[in-house]
Amino acid sequence: MSLIRRRFDALIIGAGGGGLRASLQLSRAEANVAVVSKVFPTRSHTVAAQGGVNAALANVLPDNWHWHMFDTVKGSDYLGDQDAIEYMCRVAPKLVYELEHYGVPFSRLDNGKIYQRAFGGQSQNFGEKQAARTCAAADRTGHAMLHALYQQNIRAKTHFFDEYFATDLIKNEEGAVLGAIVVSIQTGEAMLIEARTTLLATGGAGQIYRTNSNALINTGDGLGMVLRAGIPLQDMEFIQFHPTGIAGIGMLITEGCRGEGGYLVNGDGERFMERYAPNAKDLASRDVVSRSIYLEVKEGRGCGPNKDYVLLKLDHLGADTIMKRLPGIRQSCLTFLGIDPIETPIPVYPTAHYCMGGIPTNRKGEVVMPVKDTPEEPVPGLYAAGECACVSVHGGNRLGGNSLLDIIVFGRAAANEMIEHMKENRYRLPMNEASVEKAMDRLHRWDRKGEGETVDGLKEDLKKAMEDYCGVYRTQELLDKGVEEIGKIRDRLPNVYINDFSRTFNTARIEALELENLVEVAMCTVVSAAARQESRGAHSRVDFPKREDQQWMKHSLYFSEGDRMDYKPVRTKPLTVDSFPPKERVY
Amino acid sequence: MMSTTDWTFNIYRFNPETDQKPTIKSYELQGVDSEMMLLDALLAIKKQDPTLGFRKSCREGVCGSDGMNVDGVNRLSCVTRLSELNNPVEIRPLPGLPVIRDLIIDMEQFYKQYRAVKPYLIGAEPEPEVERLQTPAQRDLLDGLYECILCGCCSTACPSFWWNPDKFLGPAALLQASRFIEDSRDEATHVRLDQLDDAYKLFRCHTIMSCVQVCPKQLNPTRAIGRIKERMVQNKL
Ligand SMILES: Cc1cc2nc3c(=O)[nH]c(=O)nc-3n(C[C@H](O)[C@H](O)[C@H](O)COP(=O)(O)OP(=O)(O)OC[C@H]3O[C@@H](n4cnc5c(N)ncnc54)[C@H](O)[C@@H]3O)c2cc1C
Ligand code: SF4
Ligand code: SF4
Ligand code: FES
Repeated sequence: MSLIRRRFDALIIGAGGGGLRASLQLSRAEANVAVVSKVFPTRSHTVAAQGGVNAALANVLPDNWHWHMFDTVKGSDYLGDQDAIEYMCRVAPKLVYELEHYGVPFSRLDNGKIYQRAFGGQSQNFGEKQAARTCAAADRTGHAMLHALYQQNIRAKTHFFDEYFATDLIKNEEGAVLGAIVVSIQTGEAMLIEARTTLLATGGAGQIYRTNSNALINTGDGLGMVLRAGIPLQDMEFIQFHPTGIAGIGMLITEGCRGEGGYLVNGDGERFMERYAPNAKDLASRDVVSRSIYLEVKEGRGCGPNKDYVLLKLDHLGADTIMKRLPGIRQSCLTFLGIDPIETPIPVYPTAHYCMGGIPTNRKGEVVMPVKDTPEEPVPGLYAAGECACVSVHGGNRLGGNSLLDIIVFGRAAANEMIEHMKENRYRLPMNEASVEKAMDRLHRWDRKGEGETVDGLKEDLKKAMEDYCGVYRTQELLDKGVEEIGKIRDRLPNVYINDFSRTFNTARIEALELENLVEVAMCTVVSAAARQESRGAHSRVDFPKREDQQWMKHSLYFSEGDRMDYKPVRTKPLTVDSFPPKERVY
Repeated sequence: MMSTTDWTFNIYRFNPETDQKPTIKSYELQGVDSEMMLLDALLAIKKQDPTLGFRKSCREGVCGSDGMNVDGVNRLSCVTRLSELNNPVEIRPLPGLPVIRDLIIDMEQFYKQYRAVKPYLIGAEPEPEVERLQTPAQRDLLDGLYECILCGCCSTACPSFWWNPDKFLGPAALLQASRFIEDSRDEATHVRLDQLDDAYKLFRCHTIMSCVQVCPKQLNPTRAIGRIKERMVQNKL
């Protein structure tokens, strides 16, 4: 296979909100930037985000960024890095206004300002009354943001490679990243994109679970690429299970429903969140609500013939509110459940939703890893932003509305840092052909003909194993078994074959490449989870029910070579304000 | 209401590397729940035959990847129940644009027309420190316009687009044009209207309404086109 070669200043892999916010910054700075995405940009998963984006605009209730910071640190169960969190919460208003200027059709208040709704884990005055911090475009905020960002990129003449699949990073001997190998899905041709700076913005990996709220394309490709490049992944045991997935399907029902006044009831018709979180009730943090639903069902208080879900009640909100503020949710209920939430409560159950962990970066978006005695040494030329990155602003548990914020804040920050880096490093490093060859060999692996297992078969086993051994509640026994089972699945990979060798739009090959990434990410998740012997945020250990700050207030780092774990301290020192010391987390 | 039946799917197949011309291949799924979504059925078929090509992503009707022609109607497979369809189901790619492979079409012409309407907000400069104000009534004008997911179901159902895909902008692009014309924050309204005032770009629409019937987001491009025409008249006065 001949290899096409192209050169850019900046390569962005991923055209979700994170990638597009970065590319816009770079294009406007007149950098020569290429954006690669395996789907047409507006089909990226950001399009599915519903509820909104957080910023302390104080349009509805009093608010300020410092309260937002407190809530985020507390929500993270004190695993978030406070310098990055301060940075994010401080710039949030500016960047949301900027989104408005880009054309995002936010819902409006009577005074013409951006509409804001209440979301879980938000408070005024450091833990007091509920705040309303989530800026929303009805319940289609992600769609509105992604389209506006794509549109402004069209205006800025960003160069897009749509339907190109990135397979591997290219590195030199010193560890600097020189670009990536990408494959045109339409023609099957491989291309080497040489770039002075490369940004990974490949999104999440919800597809490692059977029941999830994610798009089928969320297969953690960027995470796999990073692991294969010898770079660790951080805090991967922290997987957020969103409390309200449509029962049995996993599709998301936004927290905005509860923000608008909806609440959960069990089989006895009891509003059970009052028991688990007397103050915040249904708007407690996601990890708390998910565990509560799980326990209600486990203790026999579920709803329905099999008592295996709870109900989300919206019928008391009135048709007007639902039509105006939650039209997309209503549509989904009609389509997937054949019920109208104006009249009928929605059956819900926790669904795998979001990856708090990811590629370790600092608050400038540089990818960092331990080198000798330095815990956080930048990997030259490599950046990451969005759900695939771990800055970490979400720590052990992400607050609703903070991811759409994370992607724009750190997409922009990474782009700014890339611009700086290119000013200081004017010359292109020579290509490393050995690394290119290695990547090409991996790609050619799928040209091998033979009889063995199918991609789908292995994928199903993987998702099932993750659900069985690494779900909402975890124990050492389950997790050890999970490590063993996922290990076996990983060992079966070389025996997987595809039977389609055509070049044109070969989706079988793409799914095989995605499977390799899913396996790497699943392994990383379960190994990291088995190692952490405490409960924190979304990582709930039945056998270690307490948070252990002495021993475990630290970030996990997983290296795929030898499935090795390492740790680094949490950055508890903010940029300008006082640190929020760990406290017991009650809602 | 669970009813299980055997379903047959007659699917358009074409691989340019091996096929002279397209063929229809039949697939069977036995004992499936008729309330299953068509996308899930296609995924099950793909397990039998991994060479079957179709696009997919969100599974919930928001990304616009999986437009296809089902029993003669353009639809998104992920929000179409089998029980709404004939058995056997006839599945073809969206009509009127070149087929790359199987159910996957080349949408470049469609995207080109989208880009042609300058689908981005052109606001007043310099930008204010905070948000631009917009009343709820002004914002309501965007409802029914901004939700488009660029699935292409409408434009590929439009006879005028089939005949003049390079000159007539088509319902999706015109809907986008309207989305920015109606936006109180946009400063380029006159330029936009002048640009559309052309025998082909806009006026090839003969209000046949096929676009409205197929839009999976219940949007109404015909009404948007009508609104643009009204604005044009106002603009000239
Ligand atoms: C249903 C749902 C609702 C949500 N609602 C909210 C909300 O209300 N508020 C909130 O803050 N957060 C919400 N979230 C979370 C938030 O939407 C996501 O975390 C965020 O959008 C991720 O953005 P991203 O840019 O990092 O990645 P994505 O939008 O997932 O984009 C990833 C990009 O990478 C590309 N890509 C991936 N792999 C490859 C590859 N190998 N080669 C080439 N390209 C590749 C994809 O094509 C895509 O363009 C929600 C999430 C879900 C699932
Ligand atoms: S109404 Fe106009 S745009 Fe819609 S299908 Fe008919 S001709 Fe096409
Ligand atoms: S108007 Fe409707 S049918 Fe047409 S592209 Fe948009 S969403 Fe699809
Ligand atoms: S898969 Fe996204 S619209 Fe159907």
